[in-house]
Amino acid sequence: MDVLAALGRVVLGFAAATGRLGLFTGHALSHVFRPPYFLGQVAQQMVSIGYFSLPVVGLTALFTGMALALQIFEGSSRFNAEGTVAFVVAIGMTRELAPVLGGLMVAGRVGAAMAAEIGTMRVTDQIDALMTLSTNPFKYLITPRLVAGVTMVPFLVAVGDAIGIFGGYTISVQLLDFNSSTYIRNTFDILENIDIIAGLVKAAVFGFIVTLMGCYHGYHSQGGAQGVGAATTNAVVSASILILTSNLVVTQLFFSR
Amino acid sequence: MSTTAKISLQGVAKRFGKKVVLDGIDLDVRPAESLVIIGGSGTGKSVTLKCVLGLLRPDAGRIMVDGDDVVAMSGSNHERVMRKFGMLFQGAALFDSLPVWHNVAFGLINGRGLARAEARAVAVTKLGQVGLGPEVADLRPAELSGGMLKRVALARAIAADPEIIFFDEPTTGLDPIMADVINNLIVDCVRRLGATALSITHDIASVRKIADRVAMIYQGKIIWCGAVADLDHSGNPYVDQFIHGRAEGPIQMQVLKP
Ligand SMILES: Nc1ncnc2c1ncn2[C@@H]1O[C@H](COP(=O)(O)OP(=O)(O)OP(=O)(O)O)[C@@H](O)[C@H]1O
Ligand SMILES: [Mg+2]
Repeated sequence: MDVLAALGRVVLGFAAATGRLGLFTGHALSHVFRPPYFLGQVAQQMVSIGYFSLPVVGLTALFTGMALALQIFEGSSRFNAEGTVAFVVAIGMTRELAPVLGGLMVAGRVGAAMAAEIGTMRVTDQIDALMTLSTNPFKYLITPRLVAGVTMVPFLVAVGDAIGIFGGYTISVQLLDFNSSTYIRNTFDILENIDIIAGLVKAAVFGFIVTLMGCYHGYHSQGGAQGVGAATTNAVVSASILILTSNLVVTQLFFSR
Repeated sequence: MSTTAKISLQGVAKRFGKKVVLDGIDLDVRPAESLVIIGGSGTGKSVTLKCVLGLLRPDAGRIMVDGDDVVAMSGSNHERVMRKFGMLFQGAALFDSLPVWHNVAFGLINGRGLARAEARAVAVTKLGQVGLGPEVADLRPAELSGGMLKRVALARAIAADPEIIFFDEPTTGLDPIMADVINNLIVDCVRRLGATALSITHDIASVRKIADRVAMIYQGKIIWCGAVADLDHSGNPYVDQFIHGRAEGPIQMQVLKP
């Protein structure tokens, strides 16, 4: 009987949390279409997400593209198919690795920072203070971050695509003695628009997830420094898990025939 | 009575988990009067203010502001009512990402759409009124002392000349002279600007200076409410003990004897 009760509590708790998150999301999105807009806040968040994440996402893409080229060369040489390197690097980076790894890096960098900042504002009454100054906290804090996330993570991933493919190219040409122009031609022959678009759509979804989780956990944090710490952890963990699951869903939607 | 009250609390109750904090608060604040709430630490004074502002939702009771029930209100209606208010938070609650002047001007810029230059000028004036010079305007809140933070927060609360101002411990952490300056400022807001003030303070000297009426909260209820002139002969042993700060009396603090 106790087991059933405990199970019921877990299910109820999960349903309540899902409902809260749904309401939060709806509330935040409703302000996208309702002026006034805090364009300064949007611009500030776009710079903070898009510009300041460039090094992290760029390095991740560079080393991943390089390692991928090495791995595929070594693996494919077992059955004399070295030509597949350009193919796997291009498809692998654009469709899968740049968006997923980029999304996870942004979750660690941006999602955590958002949860910490908004969480601190919550526990020091700053969010309450916003309300008393006739400023809607959703409009001022949450919506600008979501908008910046959805627009800037695709930008980051587009840059990551290019850097990752360049990394694969460098390794192949410098280390593995590929012919430079053949490698480039192979890459462009292989790549289709849908590969890139699918990756950018994933990036937009991940940008939404990361900023939503950062804002949601920060907004609902309580109990001082410890609570803010917990909110930060929850934001990163939940964003990472949601990125990995939604990645599967979006891939399935795009590429299942 | 309730038709003429600016703010009227009727049977307001609030609990956190099993802990009952407010247990049926009845209180009327008249237009353009200064009412001070006194009471022990942790008796729910700040919670009362937050309920009126809609930052906490009471479990029961009605809260009327100018005859409108604010508990049931939401969205744009609530935002419209909030424009009447200025609030000084107990912990200052300044935005640490913004410079001091922008903190003070925040409501003017974002709430009322004033131009930045104009709002900055108002902010510098208000900072002057709380004894802070223009050189403070460009500092960040992290660069200020505790008492300065409180005064910046006070300047922010009065920046938009609100109809109703809540002061949560305005003079805590200030030196006695600055405390008196702030008391004068609060009196000025009420007398000259005609604002309605609801303050919380532990400082009895400050009560005598700023209050028209005083309400004492104890165990979730208002146990005494009267004119400040009657404070010394309220005939209420709880009030007597409180204003004289005696450890002995009907209010027993839960402390372990050494
Ligand atoms: N968000 C909250 N969650 C849980 N309990 C709370 C919360 N806010 C306040 N309380 C509890 O409510 C009680 C009243 O708090 P409140 O801040 O109103 O006290 P106060 O009268 O303002 O005290 P002080 O004079 O020390 O500021 C306290 O016991 C506090 O523990
Ligand atoms: Mg308090």
